[in-house]
Amino acid sequence: MEEYSVIGKRVPRIDGRVKVTGEAKYAADYELSGMLWCKILRSPYAHAKILHIDASRAEKLTGVKAIITAKDFEGWKWGWMPKTRDEPPLAEGKARYLAEAVAAVAAVDEETAEEATELIQVEYEELPGVFDPEEAMKEGAPQIHDYVKDNISWEFHMDFGDVEKAFRESDLVREDRFETGRVTHGYLEPPAAVGYWDSSGITIWAAKQSPYFVYRHLASCFKLPLNKVRVIQPFIGGGFGGTKNDSLAGDFCVILLSKMTGKPVKFVYNMEEELMTSRRRHNMIIYNKMGMKKDGTITAMQSKVIADGGAYTAIGPLTMYLTGFMTTLPYKLPNYKHDIYRVFTNHPISAAMRGHGVTHTRFAAEIQMEMMAEELGIDPVEIRLKNAIHAPHETINKVTVFSCGLSEGVKTLAERPEWKQRDRKKQEGPLAHGVGLSGTAYLGGARQRGHQSCAAVVRLCEDGSIDYLTGATDCGQGSDTVLVQIIAEELGLRVDDIDIKRVDTAVTPCDAGSYGSRVTVLAGEAAQKAARDVREQLARFAAKEWDVNPEDIVFKNSQVHAKGSSEQSMPFRKLAQIACYSGSGAVIVGKGYSDYGIEVLDFERGVGNGGTSYSFTSQLSKVDVDVETGFVKCTDIVLAHDCGKPLNPINVEAQNQGAAVQGLGQAIYEEFKMDKGKTLNPNFIDYKMPLSMDAPRIEVIDIITDDPKGPYGAKEASEGAIVSSPPSVVSAIHDATGIWFKEQPVTPEKILMALREKKKAAE
Amino acid sequence: MKEKRIQVVVNGKTYELMVPPWRTLLEVIREDLKLTGAKEGCGQGECGACTVMMGGRTVNSCLVLAVEADGQEITTIEGLSEGNKIHPIQDAFVEQAGMQCGFCTPGMIMSAKELLDRNPDPSEQEIREGIAGNVCRCTGYTKIVESIGAAAKAMKGGE
Repeated sequence: MEEYSVIGKRVPRIDGRVKVTGEAKYAADYELSGMLWCKILRSPYAHAKILHIDASRAEKLTGVKAIITAKDFEGWKWGWMPKTRDEPPLAEGKARYLAEAVAAVAAVDEETAEEATELIQVEYEELPGVFDPEEAMKEGAPQIHDYVKDNISWEFHMDFGDVEKAFRESDLVREDRFETGRVTHGYLEPPAAVGYWDSSGITIWAAKQSPYFVYRHLASCFKLPLNKVRVIQPFIGGGFGGTKNDSLAGDFCVILLSKMTGKPVKFVYNMEEELMTSRRRHNMIIYNKMGMKKDGTITAMQSKVIADGGAYTAIGPLTMYLTGFMTTLPYKLPNYKHDIYRVFTNHPISAAMRGHGVTHTRFAAEIQMEMMAEELGIDPVEIRLKNAIHAPHETINKVTVFSCGLSEGVKTLAERPEWKQRDRKKQEGPLAHGVGLSGTAYLGGARQRGHQSCAAVVRLCEDGSIDYLTGATDCGQGSDTVLVQIIAEELGLRVDDIDIKRVDTAVTPCDAGSYGSRVTVLAGEAAQKAARDVREQLARFAAKEWDVNPEDIVFKNSQVHAKGSSEQSMPFRKLAQIACYSGSGAVIVGKGYSDYGIEVLDFERGVGNGGTSYSFTSQLSKVDVDVETGFVKCTDIVLAHDCGKPLNPINVEAQNQGAAVQGLGQAIYEEFKMDKGKTLNPNFIDYKMPLSMDAPRIEVIDIITDDPKGPYGAKEASEGAIVSSPPSVVSAIHDATGIWFKEQPVTPEKILMALREKKKAAE
Repeated sequence: MKEKRIQVVVNGKTYELMVPPWRTLLEVIREDLKLTGAKEGCGQGECGACTVMMGGRTVNSCLVLAVEADGQEITTIEGLSEGNKIHPIQDAFVEQAGMQCGFCTPGMIMSAKELLDRNPDPSEQEIREGIAGNVCRCTGYTKIVESIGAAAKAMKGGE
């Protein structure tokens, strides 16, 4: 294997120091002179006509500078696809979910703005709401949007092979209903932005993990050319998809309010606002049918998926697509049929979240596969090894896999003492011990529809230091560090020699941002190419200096030399100076863009590569179930993770550990409690995310597969670990209790009830 | 309601401030003193992103009224490093990947500081208890626990 200087090393995060000292500024930390505060009035009803808005009392309050309602946006709406642009910045004509934004105020301070929102009088006519997606699909259910029938926000029908025939020829066929929970991202930084409108257009510091989404939305909403929209990225306090990958009422309102008042305007949602209104993970009901031969070979799978889409479309069609097209990984599946319905309800909007779409159907498939293996007397390791794909592999829906460490991962976990000794001690007092496995896949370098540009600019300074401009964003995942490692590697420099500029749409190249595990794979490729461009330009100057071929110039250890020569050598810094001072001064700028995996795919039918490469994660989880209280404590997690090659192993471990715990929360703790559209637990006291005492120590084992196409062999890292976590934990709970749970989260109440039922049945 | 005069010592510097009775210590630190290291996450004392030290013990500054801080000595994340030299706990968080998005980090480090002041040689369990009031959504806590363990070791001279 090629020996790298920086790639593959445990390089500390380049943003580490500013984050530990408190210097790193997040959106809410910015303030501008003369700044006003924006507060939003929200609907008290989940479904209601807005008959009249009277803001006259609020306008008279001292300190109030402007008030806006839907009409001020002149009917503008946004959405992921042209035909799904159904969401207005402020509710237009009717409110479709509880706490939807209805009006916004700008005032001299936060308290005054808040007070003013309470003085706005809105006359509503409450409409019957619908809160269950299966009810919403029925004829005669309250209609949430006029442009679709029966509240079907989106549907896909994917059909490959012949499932009916395969089921007839199977030795065992099972049908089960699974449900995934109502969970959210749970980042600690609520949405915030500070922005202003002036003669140069829009400038905004917004908490976005994909700044180029809001860039386009603002240009469209305010009818400005893109060069008049400047989105500057602060540090981001966690993203995980969804809300921070999209625009929000607050983003549009601060700009319009600034346009009206001539002052900068700021909003910061409080956590209750965030948890009541922000985009959350789709809750999905999955009717799954699987066929199997006696020897455990999976013959077919048929799924009917009904997703609670909430009040607007947002990125929902993509969620549904991922839910379907990824069904054929990571186990061989010759026949599959997938019918997916995303349904509007009067709930807050469902959208993307880490493990996007894949976590739902993979949970159903993993658990069902184990249930069937159990019926057939086949061990959880054996069933996985029997069905696991091996690279190279092409699925029936034309997904191509060039590297796959699934079997090696499962085998690695099967050798662990936690697995081998799992039957040694099953119960101690009230504690039942259980161990579970899972084996899952995730796509990296997402390339489905939408804008895909992904470029890098590398600018050489005359002293040999480097400015690196990228539109890719680090919202905590550590990608800035990895991208800088790539530039340093290509130029033979140290990480400290490279400065990465955070996204500023006025100067950085356009990029889709952080979603779909695309940054290392695609922005990494762009960075690599841009750095090579600089290297090639510099090599020509060095070659001229020494009268050798440019191809023979080597860049290493901050030095440049001609291959095979010890005399023809100089510091990188000196070559930079020679180049930059040559003639009237050369401008050395390297550029590169990613063209990895841009083949056209059949989105509607689910055919083709939705990603450029695929990671594989095997997870072992060990739990203690208290059979008296139903409480589950996860005591150990081991992940065997194939990300091709970890470019920064400590970062890859850290990402996986975080994803596994987020998945653990989803599996057993977290759930929004809803009552007629109202979120009953919009706070971190009652919405329970894992704390340090709830999370086990997590070990990560790298399964190196060196993807032939990824930069330095890399694929995506860690979105897979949020997919592997719920089935592995639920399988461990089964091992401890003998009960299969098919609905997330598996709460103590569910466990106690099921244990009681089991006891009753045995009597 | 009338504003009240308070005197606080923040990171070794004395401030005299006029504050309304409803204003929280977090608001005063962030907005009046412009020390934005402490963050507002949940605003209810659950997430710990606003953790600072008051009188040598950690508090959720979003739950402390500024008037309650009158006469108190307060340390925020900005007061932990000395000039260019960062504190060994901060150094350990950088080296051991103890942070990702960084939003919980200032509060987490303050909790770690209080723990190590009380108990210079904590077990893993004691470290987990020491940060039980600080939510981190990114790391899954493993690397935070390792960072604090490494800091404890470094502060004892690396034995």
